[in-house]
Amino acid sequence: MRSKTENIFYNIDWSITGLYILLVLLGWLNLYSASYNDEHPYILDQSQEYGKQFTWIVVSFVLAIVILVTEGGFYSTFAYYIYGLVSIMLIAVLLFGTVKNGARSWFGVGGFGIQPSEFAKFATALAISRYLSTRDRFAKSKYKLMAAGIIVLPALLILLQPDAGTVLVFFSFVFVLYLEGLSGNILLLALLGVVMSVVSLLLKDTTLEGFGVAISGQIILMGFLVLIGIAGGWVIRSYVYPRRRKRAYLNLMASVGISIGFIFVVNLSFTHLLKQHQRDRIEILLGLKFDKDKGYNVHQAMAAIGSGGWTGKGYQKGTLSNNKFKHVPMQSTDFIFCSVGEEWGFMGTSVLIILFLTLLIRLVMVAERQRSKFTRLYGYSVACILFYHLMINVGMTIGLAPVIGIPLPFFSYGGSSLLGFTILLFIFVKLDSERLEVLR
Amino acid sequence: MNQPYANRKYIILLVFISVGLIFVVRLFYLQGIDDKWKIAAHEISENKQRIRPERGEIYDRNGALLVANVPVYDLLVTPGLVKEMDTLSFCELVGITKEGFMTRMAKAKHYTRWKASAFEKQIPAEEHARIREQLYKYPGFEWDLRILRGYPDPIGPHALGYIGEVNQAQLDADNFYRRGDYIGINGIEKYYENQLRGQPGVRYILRDAFNNEVISYKEGRYDTMAIPGTDLYTTLDAGLQAYGEWLMENKKGSIVAIEPATGEILAMVSSPTYDPNLLIGRDRSRNYAALAQNDSLRPLFNRATMAPYPPGSIFKLVQALIGLQDGVLFENSRFPCNKALVGCHDHSHSKSIIQAIQHSCNPYFYSATQKVINKGRSKSIFKDTEMGLAGWKTQVQSFGLGRRLQIDLPNIKGGYIPGVDFYDRMYGKGRWAYSTIRSISIGQGEVQVIPIQMANLAAIVANEGWYYTPHLAKKIARNGNKPEPFRIRHTTTIDPKYFLMVKEAMRRVVQEPGGTARLARINAATIVCGKTGTAQNPHGKDHSVFIAFAPMDHPRIAIAVFIENAGFGGTYAAPVASLMIDKYINDTVSDPRKEKYIREVNLIDPK
Repeated sequence: MRSKTENIFYNIDWSITGLYILLVLLGWLNLYSASYNDEHPYILDQSQEYGKQFTWIVVSFVLAIVILVTEGGFYSTFAYYIYGLVSIMLIAVLLFGTVKNGARSWFGVGGFGIQPSEFAKFATALAISRYLSTRDRFAKSKYKLMAAGIIVLPALLILLQPDAGTVLVFFSFVFVLYLEGLSGNILLLALLGVVMSVVSLLLKDTTLEGFGVAISGQIILMGFLVLIGIAGGWVIRSYVYPRRRKRAYLNLMASVGISIGFIFVVNLSFTHLLKQHQRDRIEILLGLKFDKDKGYNVHQAMAAIGSGGWTGKGYQKGTLSNNKFKHVPMQSTDFIFCSVGEEWGFMGTSVLIILFLTLLIRLVMVAERQRSKFTRLYGYSVACILFYHLMINVGMTIGLAPVIGIPLPFFSYGGSSLLGFTILLFIFVKLDSERLEVLR
Repeated sequence: MNQPYANRKYIILLVFISVGLIFVVRLFYLQGIDDKWKIAAHEISENKQRIRPERGEIYDRNGALLVANVPVYDLLVTPGLVKEMDTLSFCELVGITKEGFMTRMAKAKHYTRWKASAFEKQIPAEEHARIREQLYKYPGFEWDLRILRGYPDPIGPHALGYIGEVNQAQLDADNFYRRGDYIGINGIEKYYENQLRGQPGVRYILRDAFNNEVISYKEGRYDTMAIPGTDLYTTLDAGLQAYGEWLMENKKGSIVAIEPATGEILAMVSSPTYDPNLLIGRDRSRNYAALAQNDSLRPLFNRATMAPYPPGSIFKLVQALIGLQDGVLFENSRFPCNKALVGCHDHSHSKSIIQAIQHSCNPYFYSATQKVINKGRSKSIFKDTEMGLAGWKTQVQSFGLGRRLQIDLPNIKGGYIPGVDFYDRMYGKGRWAYSTIRSISIGQGEVQVIPIQMANLAAIVANEGWYYTPHLAKKIARNGNKPEPFRIRHTTTIDPKYFLMVKEAMRRVVQEPGGTARLARINAATIVCGKTGTAQNPHGKDHSVFIAFAPMDHPRIAIAVFIENAGFGGTYAAPVASLMIDKYINDTVSDPRKEKYIREVNLIDPK
């Protein structure tokens, strides 16, 4: 046994590790094309993004090995400390950090820098897994509040930077809570809320005209809800036992009332709470507005991806999403998916999505085989965080999600994000490798 | 496993897979099916650059350059690339005010921040050289070469016309043009637009997001060169044209000179004229407004092709020929000079048709024309007049009168020859007879002609019965041909033999004592045949009209001169015509006193 445990690669999940290495290397090669600079053709040139990224890849691999050397028990034991440390870093960055892209989110000098919010993801994952594994789920509302608190604290600190994109990542923990028994109704309600908001915003500027009167679309939506209420009332009268009717009527009236109220709230927050550029992004996504300047990013991104066709223009043959032409803004970070789409076509993008999907499914499978509840929850956290990044990042480049600046894991240029994802993933790989040592 | 929520993992997996599937389907559509984004990508990165062709140049009949191409430079600005700069010294450099700078920048920004648009247009070459030296200090500014028209000698603007930037209607009508292109607006510049404009070239380049040119697309495999427009060789004689304009200074009117054998227009003068150089360059619109609106003499108006006048006595030539052709007049036909019928001046009795023309006897032609119109083919005098007039009109039209000559110029007028319809409308059907319409006999009343038709009439007489439609294009391209329509010979309804009498009469008008145009004589070697006219003008003094051709045998030039408010045709129009003929045939001025007399008279604003 001893000789086996001394081997740091003993019992690790090679499909996850293999997928990780594959994605990182593909990401690096893709970056070499996306930010290729004629004057610095050497792939390891440290003045260029691809050269720097190589350094970060080496650092990440070293870090992965360090994690594999560490005892897995360390992470559950020190989960709260790590969480605390990262929280302190998040406060410190607010005080001493440097401003980049309008957010005070960086520690760093020169070209290299660290973004604490990238590390907050795995720290929060550790803390929430630890917390939920030691409590009897959601037995008491105190626990529920505490769990919510663990998620909200770093989110709030990041919101102060302000970096709304990263804050939204913390919503992915809702999936983990759901897995642990959070009522599915809450998720359904949230979904319903999103649908209602979208419909309400879509109808915002629509008016229906007829019989000489013009009625705003939202009024019609409200009227429609009232009609549903009346229909529901009739259903209750006809099919519900008389003794349950009173309660059913109350529920129905409350639902209709809350829905109508919700529409008002959506409207008010849309017009008063959001900033103009956020309103624009949402309106462009919903197709309410087409503005070539405001929707510029998405338009350029979709043109780049769409022009790739079935098989793409070929490696380093892109004419939109690269450093030379810069038609796609942020082509090496948030919009890195465009260069995959342009140079590799549908062939490349579908393979990449399948690779990511395989990784996600494998993570769920590996999480499910754990005896330790902590490891299992942590595994789900990893899967959910990666999924959320994939969904938003790819979604925005193909016009299915609003423009939120978060990286595509392993592909976007950036040291902190690569390190953050590596740590996130390899803690799980390490924990998994020790699954047989855990007693039930 | 004793997981109470075990099946929830399937929901999570379901969400993962659904989103992945949605993405793949979306990408399938976006990349594989929908072509919209491929087109969008082309528009974004591949810039189709249109290369403007050089416009064809215009020469005179002897190969002298009339309209040249002159380079000017547009100063362009890309607002997004403009850095902090010393605005004041920049304004000084370009020669604009600070406010002018602000409005220009605002306009450019309004257009687009990342594309170059015009900041200051049409900067002449000299100024461009001066500004260019300093321009490196101001990033965001660049040059665009434009080719304008230039006129080595400012002559013949009415025939040559001018060019200007295309307007919205022209852009909509013809997708050949792009905003900022030039198009012929008047004269042969307009008429031969399709030949002169050339064919634009295309250059494909890849551009980056800041609109900088990065590389030539596919090494220029799809690029095409711009094909310059075809040069145009006109029929104009630059020397004669300039001389005509010089003679016509301080006079309102026009001269048209034609080579009878070919119909080629040697000179087309409309006075007052203007300097065509005023209608190019930066001050074009201001100059245009001044010429078009603020000048009561209407210098832009081409009197030679557009101004209608009653032909006066010149019309007697046509009446005589029709009468002879119809067999109602003979060489020795006599009619008394009965001033009770129509007014006349004092002259000796006309014993023949030749003398009648020579004396320009009004009562003679009153009676002669009556014979043409009233041939007694119907018992009703009204019906008879109607039939006669219809036949008469057909014959008059065969002289190219009363209808538009298909000259190679836009905006040609056709004059007017009244017919049966006209008098029916005016007096009612069957309610008019020869006595009603008699003024047509002496070229007054409703009859209207355009100067170029009168020059053509002189050419017809010179040719003894035929003509080529007058035209300005001698050949298109140096080795090109004359356009087809000008190689078709038109004949009148008149037998050539009758023209001999008219020619002799016209000779006497000029050469014999008692002729009405003695001032048109040149010398014994150059026999001029002519006919004076006085076009009645209800608004003021009559217009002086004279047509002529010379030499009598083998005519080389036919000419019509109209001088407004100058009275009798023999006084001013005849000497102007003779000076032109002398200049063209003998390349000299045989009678400097005549030239001096014409140069010194001011008929626009008599002192």
